[in-house]
This record gives sequence, structure tokens and C-alpha cells, in this order.
Amino acid sequence: MLSKRIIPCLDVKEGRTVKGVNFINLRDAGDAIELGALYAEQGADELVFLDITATVEKRKTLVDLVRNVARQINIPFTVGGGISSIQDASAVLNAGADKVSINSSAVKKPDLVDQLAREFGSQFVVVAIDTKSMNGKNFVHTHGGRTPTSIETEPWADEVEKRGAGEILLTSMDHDGTKAGFANELTAKISTKLNIPVIASGGAGKKEHFVDVFTTGAADAALAASIFHFGEIPVPELKQFLHEKGINMRIE
Amino acid sequence: MNIVIVKYNAGNVVSVTNTLNRLGVEPMHSDDPETIKRADKVIFPGVGEASTAMNYLRKQGLDKVLTDLHQPFLGICLGLQLMCKHSEENDTDCLGIFDLQVKRFSNGLKVPQIGWNLLENLNSPIFIDLPEHPYIYFVHSYFAEIGNETIATSNYSDKFSAALHKDNYYAVQGHPEKSGKTGQKIIENFLKL
Repeated sequence: MLSKRIIPCLDVKEGRTVKGVNFINLRDAGDAIELGALYAEQGADELVFLDITATVEKRKTLVDLVRNVARQINIPFTVGGGISSIQDASAVLNAGADKVSINSSAVKKPDLVDQLAREFGSQFVVVAIDTKSMNGKNFVHTHGGRTPTSIETEPWADEVEKRGAGEILLTSMDHDGTKAGFANELTAKISTKLNIPVIASGGAGKKEHFVDVFTTGAADAALAASIFHFGEIPVPELKQFLHEKGINMRIE
Repeated sequence: MNIVIVKYNAGNVVSVTNTLNRLGVEPMHSDDPETIKRADKVIFPGVGEASTAMNYLRKQGLDKVLTDLHQPFLGICLGLQLMCKHSEENDTDCLGIFDLQVKRFSNGLKVPQIGWNLLENLNSPIFIDLPEHPYIYFVHSYFAEIGNETIATSNYSDKFSAALHKDNYYAVQGHPEKSGKTGQKIIENFLKL
């Protein structure tokens, strides 16, 4: 049986890992490659590297970082942040990335999803959706969560699947940084409706939250950052806990 | 050791190269028939679409070359599918090394299958020194059915061929180059054949 995935996310700025609360107030959490290698060794199922400043500063994703990560890490990893063209995606693919995550650029130019899927295959294309509820509805936000749009989250998820996205990385800004649990209801709605995997993100604070997101939230994978970076919940301990709770986990 | 990775514009050869480098091997990438024929071992990785890949192989005359090799040969992911007889993906005739059909998952589960799944019924020297049911990372929408050449199975609602073997030809559906220590061991075992 396919196991559920635990994915540490490394928010990278100038080669260092940082993690903010609600996307601001960055705290340094160490060298990105060292941390990534540690997580791989500990049994993380995948890694995500997000260059969190890339979109805002119009910088290209750090191809060198990707190359170094690929040399040292033998589990799959996704790279995101400022990827806005076939050329950007091709550069990180050739440096060794397994997937790209696109967010603001997909909202700005939805056809990019189709183009990337055609050129590199759906398995290469993760569409990240930052969502926030306003007046009882969920809206897509871009630029690291700074810019609200008038696009509603659920129809947007449907649309990117139709355009060829291979996975959705759903980050609830209402939950991110709160450590009060994932957005289980919204994750479940999207995950059960779509025919592609959904990675839930935002709100992990304790091990039980992961049980909830895999059961109530119907997530295929769960992503978190600070709880791993600051050693609050080590990856092996989390996976063992989930395994004991009957969640299908890769334990080696 | 002279290892050649077949270059055919399908997918990510960087990861396979990196894994080989970690094992102390520097592979060549080539689509030149003579270079491929002379190799000690040939690796045929792939991520992409079947008909595009087959068209490229035929245009380069590689379809004939790849089916007439005698050294150990390892197909990975799309590589495995292309080594079968026919793929449902754009109704593509493939290399026919394995007399098997490649079908699309149509069992109501999410497609592609993305993630770590168990290998079962292991029966090959390429799986020496692995746990009884190791996990491998998979990313695929199509699968080879079970046949006499199946040397490992996996289950994604349907049971499918996770690995195949015939004569000098080996193939795995998952990505050993992305499967941590388990995957590295499979590649190491292949290098020892």
C-alpha cells in the first residue's frame, strides 16, 4: 500500500533555512543542505525547498543550491520560489530537482501549468496554493501570502488539476504558524474531490495534528517546517507515532 | 567500470548520475549505438511520455540497438514501460523485451501514484541484502501487468509488476535513485551483476 508522506519544508533565503511565523519575522534555522540531508537520513519521505524571497525580489531560484542538494540527498525534492517560465523550470530540472512548485506565477499565467505539464510531465508540476478565509470564503493569495486575489480556492484547485498539475500543496494561512492544527475541513474537501495528491501545510504543532490531517483531512502528505527545524518533533518519532496510530508510514 | 546511461531526452538523468557518483562510478551519457554496445552495463532511465520517447529511440536507431544487447541492462520507470510490448499511453508500440502490456491505473485511486510503496515477492539478485518488504519511491500513471518475467510486485489497488527480468534485461518501475539507502542498494547490486 502507498504510504502517507511526511515532508519537511525548508524555506531558504540566501542558502540558509529560515522559518517565519505567518510568513514574516524570519528566524535562522541553519544550513539548508545540512538540514535536508539530516531529514533524509531520519526518514523524511520528501523535501521541499522554497526560496521564499524569490518572487518578491524577482530573483531566480538558486540553481546552485539545487545542484548541491541533488548531489547529497537521495530522496525526492521539490523546488519553488520565483519559477515563472519553462526556462526556469528546465534549469532546476537539469540541476537535479524532481519537481517544481509554482504559486504566484500560476495565478498570473495559468497557462504555465499546462506548458510545464506538457514539457516535463504532470509528475514534475506541483501547484502551491496559499489560501486564507475572508467572510466565510477561501481565497487564493500570492507573493508569499502578501497579495490577496479574488480567486476562490476550491475552483482554483479544480482548474489547476485540469491544466495538468500533478500535485497540490495547500497552505492555509489561517493555520500557518499557529501550531493549532491543519485546515482539515478544506483539505478534505479538495483532496476527496480531486484525483491528484494533496499535500497539506500550515498549522502543525503536535503529533496528533498529523493523525487528524491524514484521517479527517484526507491528505496524501503533510508538510511542516519549524516543528522539525527546532527539534520539537523529530521526524522518526513522528513517523513511529503515526504508524502506531494505524497511519500507513514508511518505517525502515 | 564503463557504465552508459542512455540519452534519449526523457527525464532526469541527474539523479541517476548522482547515485552512481556516490557509489564511486562516473557514467557516460550517450545515444551513440557503438558507445552503448561497448558499455559494461547500460542504464535506461526515464521520466516522460511513451510515444515521444519511442519516436526518439526509433529516429536514432536505438530501438534495434537496445533490444540486441548482451551486457546487464537496467530500465527505470518509463524505461521499464518502454521495454514492454505495448503501452496504453498514446497507444504506443514499445521495445517488446518483455511480452507485457502497460496499462493506465483506472481503479479510482489518485493518478499518478506518487510516493513510497512496498515491494513484495522479491526474487532477483538485484534485491540481495534488502528487507523482505522494502519501500521504493514511485511516480507513475501507467504500470506493467504481472507476468512470468515479474521479479517483484507492488500494489496500488491493482497488483502490478514493480520489477521485471529476462536474460540480461532488468527493470524497475520505482525510482531507486530516489529511494534512499534501499534504492542505492538496488543500483549497487545491479553494478555487481
